[in-house]
Amino acid sequence: MTSATVEQVPERRPKFRFDRWAPALLLLTAILIYVVACLTTVQTQYLNWNNLLAVAGRSIALGITAIGQTFVILVASIDLSVASLISATAVLASVVMNGDPVMMVPAIGATLVLGVVVGLINGLIITRLDVNPLIATLGMSLIIQGCLSAFVSNFAGSVPREFQFFAYGDVGGVPFAILFFLALAIVGFLVLSFTRFGSNVYAVGGNRDAARFAGISTSKVIVIAHVICSLCATLAGLYLASRLRSGAPWIGANGVYDLESIAVVVIGGTILAGGRGGIGGTVAGVMIFSLIDSIFNVLGVDAFVKQVLRGMIIVAAVAFYAVRSKRIVA
Amino acid sequence: MTDQTLATPAKPARAGRLPRINPVYFILAALIVAIILNNPAFMEPTGYMNFLKRAAPLAILAAGQLYVIVSGGFDLSVGSLITLVVVGSSMLSNNDPDATWWVIVVMFTIGLAVGIVNGLIVCFLKVPSLIATLGMMITLNGFAFMWSGGAPRGYLPDSFRYFGRVNIMDVPLIRMLPVALIVLVIVGGVLYWLMHRTNLGRMIHAIGDNPRAAQLAGVPVNRVRITAFVVSSLSAVIAGILLGGFAGVSTDVGTGYELQAITAAVLGGAQLLGGRGSVPAAIAGALTLMAIFTLLNFLGLPQPIRQVVQGLILITAVALAMYRRGRTGQ
Repeated sequence: MTSATVEQVPERRPKFRFDRWAPALLLLTAILIYVVACLTTVQTQYLNWNNLLAVAGRSIALGITAIGQTFVILVASIDLSVASLISATAVLASVVMNGDPVMMVPAIGATLVLGVVVGLINGLIITRLDVNPLIATLGMSLIIQGCLSAFVSNFAGSVPREFQFFAYGDVGGVPFAILFFLALAIVGFLVLSFTRFGSNVYAVGGNRDAARFAGISTSKVIVIAHVICSLCATLAGLYLASRLRSGAPWIGANGVYDLESIAVVVIGGTILAGGRGGIGGTVAGVMIFSLIDSIFNVLGVDAFVKQVLRGMIIVAAVAFYAVRSKRIVA
Repeated sequence: MTDQTLATPAKPARAGRLPRINPVYFILAALIVAIILNNPAFMEPTGYMNFLKRAAPLAILAAGQLYVIVSGGFDLSVGSLITLVVVGSSMLSNNDPDATWWVIVVMFTIGLAVGIVNGLIVCFLKVPSLIATLGMMITLNGFAFMWSGGAPRGYLPDSFRYFGRVNIMDVPLIRMLPVALIVLVIVGGVLYWLMHRTNLGRMIHAIGDNPRAAQLAGVPVNRVRITAFVVSSLSAVIAGILLGGFAGVSTDVGTGYELQAITAAVLGGAQLLGGRGSVPAAIAGALTLMAIFTLLNFLGLPQPIRQVVQGLILITAVALAMYRRGRTGQ
């Protein structure tokens, strides 16, 4: 920005700046299109505080999942098991609670344990057995989904009114779920930016061998990243259980949370090869995703055309960053 | 390590030994024995020929997917391309048997276009293939819905279904010969020749192993990569035409095929992220996957168990491959 910076590191400046601001630019563009769409179709009723919250609230589950996915992608891994874990959590929580408020704490405890176990297994398969993360988590996803469908085939159990506060509650006019999502994002941001684990995550993702030679226990970092990802998926599952008032074995797969959370993270500027990106971009990516849906709704786009455009927008958004890279990608 | 190799070159030491046989063939043989023990009727031509007929689309798809995997990428768009081919053919042919030939030409053109677009996005927009083909998957699914208006109508004419459904009867020795098997043998042969007997195949291996080195050695990286995506898309068109023959017309015929094709290629020893893979082994991987499904069917296990078993096998296969690679240093 300043002339002093230009003199000191002239060659690094443009790329560095672009990477940092690209998610914000995309988000601004999306907001701008949304506002223009509302104004041109004379639907200004969509431009108030409540509707803004509604837009933000639409993708809480996706956002929570994506925060976890960010950690995994930053260490150059990937997690495809989140969708079935979300279903499993939602079913487990609603079956354990079964409408009884007393069982809320045991249910939440049980789901968090499930999340930790799944994350540990994912991480250990990837680090100890050296299995490609895509295959390891895809296999894990099949296993979880299979076990789940063997026991449950429809909505099972129910969630007490108290627990529905998670999805429907208000704190000072702002939905609790949005506050929870923001708090989680801030915690994630702080962990990545200001802790030793956070810098280890970037080091391992940037260059695993170099990180190992620098004395970082790379396996431990990868396993912890997977545990964090699974825990976030668990929270998303709890949110969905609270929102749907019950759990069903298809809610994760129906939401395509595995592939969409990856898409959101990548749209937020985190690169799949690992080591670059962050939570801020992911939050922007989630907002962009829900804004795209809102724009389509405002414009009244046909449901099928919506899907076609959605696929193109994902590719275009990622191309927006990637096209400047000089590396060969595959 | 290096010194030893220089002192006693590895080649002469291995010369006299039997060539290393890919373990997938043993697994396939064992599975087939298990199926025969469970169901002796499988030894009849109707038994194994029907098995091969049902496995042909996946085998062709896996062989095509292998091109992209060996070049270092993924092609997630094949499943939705299958759907688009089946739905599009039923819309275009409009129950007119004479339309089959030009409809097939149109479908191959669509496949060619999809492959080229995938390749161009990866090469020139630098979007990682996982995201690029994920976007293409969503887009093509949307197109399939748009084209059919959400509810595909009618059925495919018999002349179109010829390839997938018809058995040539009264063949000496084997009594019946499904047309799908002939298609599989021809396509498999061509893909084997291209991958293992031509410069194209060597260049695909080279860019998957080390794209930078391949580029410096004069490989036209972009052209080769686009060719790999085109091969994958064309194989999906062929698989779609075969599937149209014995599966009904619906908007989810192709769902899940992309992951099954990747699984099959991985079972055949292909290395994700490129550089290693074999067409016959990928086809054997597809047959193995189908044999596993068939066996589980004969054993009367429900669908959820099939999923769990598929997941376990996937992880185990890759873990064993990595273990072997670590032991032999290959």
